[in-house]
Amino acid sequence: MSGLKNFLKELSNDSGVSGYEESISSLVKKYFEKYCEESYSDSVYNTVCIKKGQENSKEIKIMLAAHIDEIGLMIKDIAEDGSLYFATIGGFDPRVLLYQEVTIHGDKDIFGLIVPEKDLNKDIEKEKALGIDDLKIDTGYKMEKVKELVKIGDVVTIKRELISLENESVSGKALDDRAGVAVMYECAKELSHLKHEADVYFVGTVQEEVGTRGAATSSFSINPDIGIAIDVSFGHTPELSKNRTLEVGKGAGLTIGGNIHPKLRAQMAKVGEEYNIPFQYEIDPGPTGTDARAIQITREGIPTLLLSIPLKYMHTSTELINLSDVKSSAKLLARFIASITKDNLEEILCY
Amino acid sequence: MLLKKLSQLNSVSGNESKIRDFIVKEIKHHVDDIRIDKIGNIIAFKAGKKTEAKVMISAHMDEVGLIINSIDSEGLLGFTPVGDIDNRILISKPVIVGDKEIQGVIGAKPIHLQKSEERKKALDYTELYIDLGTSTKEDSEKLVSIGDYVSFKSDFIKFGEHLFKGKALDNRAGCSVLIDIIKKEKEDSDISFYAVFSVMKEIGIFGGYPATYSVDPDINIILDSSLGKNKLGDGPIISFMEKGTFFDKKLTQEIINISNEKKIPYQLSGFDDNKSDACKMQTSGQGSKTIKISIPCNYRRSPVSVISKNDLNNTYNLLDQVLKNIGGK
Repeated sequence: MSGLKNFLKELSNDSGVSGYEESISSLVKKYFEKYCEESYSDSVYNTVCIKKGQENSKEIKIMLAAHIDEIGLMIKDIAEDGSLYFATIGGFDPRVLLYQEVTIHGDKDIFGLIVPEKDLNKDIEKEKALGIDDLKIDTGYKMEKVKELVKIGDVVTIKRELISLENESVSGKALDDRAGVAVMYECAKELSHLKHEADVYFVGTVQEEVGTRGAATSSFSINPDIGIAIDVSFGHTPELSKNRTLEVGKGAGLTIGGNIHPKLRAQMAKVGEEYNIPFQYEIDPGPTGTDARAIQITREGIPTLLLSIPLKYMHTSTELINLSDVKSSAKLLARFIASITKDNLEEILCY
Repeated sequence: MLLKKLSQLNSVSGNESKIRDFIVKEIKHHVDDIRIDKIGNIIAFKAGKKTEAKVMISAHMDEVGLIINSIDSEGLLGFTPVGDIDNRILISKPVIVGDKEIQGVIGAKPIHLQKSEERKKALDYTELYIDLGTSTKEDSEKLVSIGDYVSFKSDFIKFGEHLFKGKALDNRAGCSVLIDIIKKEKEDSDISFYAVFSVMKEIGIFGGYPATYSVDPDINIILDSSLGKNKLGDGPIISFMEKGTFFDKKLTQEIINISNEKKIPYQLSGFDDNKSDACKMQTSGQGSKTIKISIPCNYRRSPVSVISKNDLNNTYNLLDQVLKNIGGK
C-alpha cells in the first residue's frame, strides 16, 4: 500500500466527530511535523502546521484549510434493557445507519450495532424508511454493565475500515474531509521539492460539519493573504445530474462563484494548464458549503479559493474517492503556491 | 475457530461450492460414508456404537446474498436479492462479488441533494447498485460477470457478553454444531446417524427435500437458527410449530425431558418465526418424525447476525444428549 493510501487509511479509520477532534488532531500534527517548522493546536483544537517560505523579506501567508471533523452520533438515552438511543451530529441520512457497526467512545471504546427497534422480519411497511427514532444501539451487554461502560453524551462513530477498490479508488467513512487533509499532506511533500516564497499554513479545521466554526477562528488568528479551502464535492453517479456533480478521476473541482476570488482562481487555472494538471470547474454562485465561506468574510475579508475532491456517496460510510484526484489536486496546489511571489501577489489580488 | 471460518465463506443459495468443499474436507475423515447428491447436498453417515432408529440431522449451509444482473456504462453493477433480504439493510455496506472476491460498495444519494419526501421512503434494490471503483463497463467486465453472486463483507468478531457477530450465522452456527458432533470422539452410548448439509433453503427451494428422500429417515432433527420472542443466551430453542409444519409432539416432549434431566438450558417456541425446510422434509417419501432445534440468532439475514457462545455450546450439548437418548421408533 502506498504512503498516501496508508495515511488516508489511518485518517479515515480514526475518529473525530465535530467538537471531539482531539485524537484526529494529534494524528494530523504528527504527520505534518515532518514537513513543517512550527505547529500548534489552538483553543478549539484546530491544528496549525507552518512551512516557512524561502524568502522572509516580505511575508506572504497562504492558509490551506481541510476540516478534520466528521459526522457522528451521540448517546442520548439508555433504555431498561440496555439499548442505547442516539442523536446525530451533522447531516446523517438515517437510512444509511441500519445494521452499521459502531464504536462508542466512552472511557474505553465499546463495540455496538445499530439495529431496528422492531423486528424487521415482521415489519410489513417495508417501503417506509426507518428514522432515527426507529433505531437503537445494541452493545451485547445487559443494563448494569452498559451503565458501567456508556454514559449519556458519549460520541459514536461508524466502525469502518478503508477499503481499496479498483483503479486507485478507495472507500470508507469520513473521507469527507480526510481526503482534503491528504491533499494538504501531499502538497506539503510536493512543496519540499519546490521553491516557494510564501509561508504556508496547513490547518486541520474543526467543526466544519456543524457550521464551519474552526475555519472562522483559525483564519482570524492567522490572518492570511490567501485562504484556500480543500473539501469534497459530489461525485457523479447515475441518479445525480451531470451539471451538479464532478467526475471522479478527472481532477479537483475549482469553484467559480462569489465565494471565490476571480483573479486568484484564474491564476490557479493558469498554473493547471501550464503544468498539464487536470482539474474541472464547479459552479457555486453563493456561499459554498465549505470552510471557504467562513474564511472569506474573516476580519476585513480574505481572498479565497476552493478546491474540491470529487466524492461519491457523501455522508454514508462508503464514501468513495479516487487517489489520482488527491495527487493531482496536491500538485495543483503546490504549483499554485510556488507561483505566488511578493512581486506578483499585489497585482493578482487587485480588482 | 470453526464458526469464524464458516461465517467468512461466501456461499449464497445456489452457489454453495465453497462451504460444501470446506465441510467435506472438515468431516470426511470422521464419517463412514460421504457423498454429494444430485443437487449439491452433503449426505454423510456416521456409525455409532449402536443403531436404533434411522436418525438424520440436517442443517442448511447456504446464506442470503445478491446476484449481479447487469453492468452499466459507468461500470456499476445492478443486482437482484437472493433470499428474503429487506431492501433497507443494503445501503452504505461493503460487499464481495464473485468467485474472484472483488470488493465493492453499495452507496446512496447524498443527503444534501435529497428532497425531504425522499428520505421517508426506503430505497428499492432496483434503485441501488454496487460500485467497484471502476468507471467503464469494460473495466468492470474484466473483474465480474452477470450471474456472479455477492456476499456481505462483515468480519467475525466477539463482543458484549459472550456474543459473536458475523454474516451468515444463520445457519453456519447450525453447521458448526453438526460438524462438531460428527468430529467428537465416539462414546458407547452414541447411535448411528446421517448428517445432511443442505443447499438452497433461503430461496424457498428447500434443498433438504431430496436429501430426506434419499436417506428416508425415521427421525429427522432439523438444526436451524431462529429467534422471534426467544432470547439470546437462554439456550437452544425447541419449537412445537412453524408455518407449514407441526413438529412431532412426542419426540419434541422427549427432547424437553432430556434437557430437563441433563440440566441443559432451553427455550420453547409455540410458533416459530423462522420457516425451515421442515414442511418439505417431514412429508418427503413416506414421511418422517421431524423435530427442530434452533440456535438463537438475532438480526438474521443481515450482515451483522449475532449469536451467543453459550447457546452454541448448549445446542451442542443438547444434540449430543439427544443422540445418546432417542432410540425406540
